[in-house]
Amino acid sequence: MTLAIQLQHRFRDFRLDIDVQAPPGLTVLFGPSGSGKTTIINTVAGLLRPDHGRIVVNGWALLDSASGHILPPHRRRLGYVFQDARLFPHLSVRQNLLYGRWFARLSARDHELEQVVDMLGIGHLLSRRPGSLSGGEKSRVALGRALLASPRLILADEPMAALDEARKAEILPFFERLRDESRVPILYVSHSGSEVARLATTVIALREGRVTAVGPPDVVLGDAEAMGQDTASLLCASIAAHHDDGLTQLVTPAGYLWVARLGDPPGTPIRVRVAARDVMLSHQAPQGLSALNVLSGTIIDMQLEAGPSAQVTLRVGTDRLVARLTRRSVGQLGLAPGQRCHAILKTVAVAPGDIRTAPLTPG
Amino acid sequence: MIDGVATWLGPAEWQAVRLSLRVAFWATLLSLPLGILTAYALARWSFPGKQLLNGIVHLPLILPPVVTGYLLLISFGRRGFIGQVLDDWFGIVLSFRWTGAALAAAVMAFPLMVRAIRLALEAVDPRLEAAAGSLGASPPWVFLTVTLPLTLPGIVAGAVLAFAKAIGEFGATITFVSNIPGQTQTMPSAIYAFLQAPDGEAAAGRLVVVSLVIAMSALLLSEIAARRVARRVAGG
Repeated sequence: MTLAIQLQHRFRDFRLDIDVQAPPGLTVLFGPSGSGKTTIINTVAGLLRPDHGRIVVNGWALLDSASGHILPPHRRRLGYVFQDARLFPHLSVRQNLLYGRWFARLSARDHELEQVVDMLGIGHLLSRRPGSLSGGEKSRVALGRALLASPRLILADEPMAALDEARKAEILPFFERLRDESRVPILYVSHSGSEVARLATTVIALREGRVTAVGPPDVVLGDAEAMGQDTASLLCASIAAHHDDGLTQLVTPAGYLWVARLGDPPGTPIRVRVAARDVMLSHQAPQGLSALNVLSGTIIDMQLEAGPSAQVTLRVGTDRLVARLTRRSVGQLGLAPGQRCHAILKTVAVAPGDIRTAPLTPG
Repeated sequence: MIDGVATWLGPAEWQAVRLSLRVAFWATLLSLPLGILTAYALARWSFPGKQLLNGIVHLPLILPPVVTGYLLLISFGRRGFIGQVLDDWFGIVLSFRWTGAALAAAVMAFPLMVRAIRLALEAVDPRLEAAAGSLGASPPWVFLTVTLPLTLPGIVAGAVLAFAKAIGEFGATITFVSNIPGQTQTMPSAIYAFLQAPDGEAAAGRLVVVSLVIAMSALLLSEIAARRVARRVAGG
């Protein structure tokens, strides 16, 4: 395993107790506020000393309280991308970028300045000062600064939380490239389901200081117990065609889907996130409905929850699709495992921000 | 221009001006590192006796200057417990020398300097220092490359304030090192001495003009420097 985190920490009423491992790639710590995400990332960064813990990155121990081994923050070889960019206001963009590299040992340099500057498209900013940059530009410089420190682990604490949708769309592709092109593991804190769907190789779902689920995003996102209201499915698809009416046709193993026009050429494989609460079920193929996207499948699992809700999992093609219904509807329709039925997805359920333009199997 | 000023002033007056500048310069320069360290300790560290240190630093601000001068005399004077050690071990004598005047000026100016630097230090965002640490900078490097540059406007302001205070220091100086022309007679002491003499008003008046000019220039310079540094620090 690339990343192993085992922590016990108590702070007033809050108890953190986790023991998780993650393979290479981008690992998302996902959960509501107060679930312990920030405590975990601060412990990995060395800003917080846990009561007990062991953190190992690619065989390199950052912390092992059993043997009293605690690396100070500046020896941990991290690239920390903060929520606020935290650029040094008294230094130029170039000096900010080179700050960490100056402290990294000469032989340990992974990236050259030009390479990173090209990737992030910040060449025209080098002589400027952070005070004059836009929010998106600051984020890109902060990402570049972290990369140029030649980190062994990249930490990102909701790096896009302070950005509007347009700026997010500007930054997301860089994290995707980083995940796909660099061998440095990334630990990424998020509470956004769409970021998880788009970026994660592994998801660690947290609630109240405990891990509720660990695994690839398609499994964890569909886990009602871990995700609650945010339960969603990831469907494999590829772009079939772009149509004149502004829609793009996707092909999935279970049938066609229609979404608002995408920029990528036909043939591009993508993933589509469908929120469970945006799925309706029907016995008959629906007629006279405005929804365009209907997939048929077989019920493979049903979970009745304590409240009024129920969660029904279907196999559509090779994917799993989760629908969140009321228990009353489940009773009225007489739904049961093994039955075939039709799933109606509202077109809006397939928002462009939730579509991930990357191969289905990471790595 | 300096020659012009020197001729306009009498030799005794010119001597007092030069001595004052020398005393204030060394008082400011030598107390600056200690001032930064003290400000840092008060702004960032928590340790037993912190309130005591804070009190001692501020004491010269509220004590009558004569009392501060007297305390300096009994501790740093030739037979004072520190003065004796300095004399026996290093051959350094402070009492009734210009170096003693510099010490008195430094002590009196110290609280103003520490206050200005402390305020600037407290305004530095500790999250920037954490960011520097995460990028591989050890604590001393974080201080040198992030904290210190961001505190620079406050340091400049503190130094100028201390310089101005050192130029004007009178009570502690005259008590500790007396009023010896050419040795310890700084501008304020000289003005005081001239005013005691029957025909000294003209000389005193000239020194008052010089005091005004030095004070205004110092303020102006500090304003320009602080603004330039602030612009650099804030980016833009």
